[in-house]
Amino acid sequence: MRTDLPGHQHEWLDDDAGPVVRPYTLTGGRVYSDANGFDLVAYVLARPEPDLAAYPELHPEHRLLVELARRGTPLVELASDLDLAVGVVRVLLGDLLSRGLVSVHQPPRATYLPDNDILKAVVDGLRAL
Amino acid sequence: MDSVRYDAERRGHGVPIALKILIAGGFGAGKTTLVSALSEVRPLQTEEILTGASIETDDLSGVETKSTTTVAMDFGRITINEDLQLYLFGTPGQDRFWFLWDELAFGALGAVVLADTRRLADCFPSIDYFEQRGIPFVVGVNCFDGSRRFSLEAVRRALDLDPDVPMVLCDARDRQSGKAVLISLVEHVARQRGEPVPAA
Repeated sequence: MRTDLPGHQHEWLDDDAGPVVRPYTLTGGRVYSDANGFDLVAYVLARPEPDLAAYPELHPEHRLLVELARRGTPLVELASDLDLAVGVVRVLLGDLLSRGLVSVHQPPRATYLPDNDILKAVVDGLRAL
Repeated sequence: MDSVRYDAERRGHGVPIALKILIAGGFGAGKTTLVSALSEVRPLQTEEILTGASIETDDLSGVETKSTTTVAMDFGRITINEDLQLYLFGTPGQDRFWFLWDELAFGALGAVVLADTRRLADCFPSIDYFEQRGIPFVVGVNCFDGSRRFSLEAVRRALDLDPDVPMVLCDARDRQSGKAVLISLVEHVARQRGEPVPAA
């Protein structure tokens, strides 16, 4: 993903070669998944005591994702923790969802605005920081 | 997919409510600085990938030969309490990443547009974007050292802002100053709902 890898010293890897590791290598080239529409701040929560041994086909990154999501964690933080692009994490999440290993809590839809209690809590919380 | 839930009210489910706030403005206006000043953790970075699908809808002359390109996003977090977190997202500067703005703006509480009085025109695209989509925003006029101070009214006229859009002088490096900008945004959102937040 990073273009500033030491590999750039090699003459056959110039800027035109693009990233040394293609972002979607990890997903076997899959770009779309059931998790495509997930918001950046959708909370991902691992099922309690997930039986990962039953799914030998999962990559180490899948397993890390489940581990990180033991405590409910927003998608964007998982991507940052794993140092993977958000789009890649969405595909991995789709794999975990279809196996019932995680649940995803989407934030309220766009038409919903937080109620006044929430806004007041935000203002009070900011003032207290 | 029964494991995906759309929660209108998530309190009590053990899953916090995460509110998104966008930090926009021209290149060098202080977006990353403001996110850093406000975030309780070292600002985090992640990447979104521009795939072939988005290339078709965006005019990206010159990049057709690359199948993917990545866009870095800065974000920070403020925990209000165990049920409520704010996520601050610095918007990518280049206009060609509008598709990413749409993703960031979806469901966002509102936005802060940082204005640099030395280059006011740089924040026009951000203001247009939020006005057109009806996303509440405030303008933070970042006071850089050595930059000429203009009155807020002069800046408002230059930006052709609606009278109800709050403007705040700020120093993007200063946490207290950044907090004041966020508070004015949340109060603005509440006013737009017709339920002003009572002053503390």
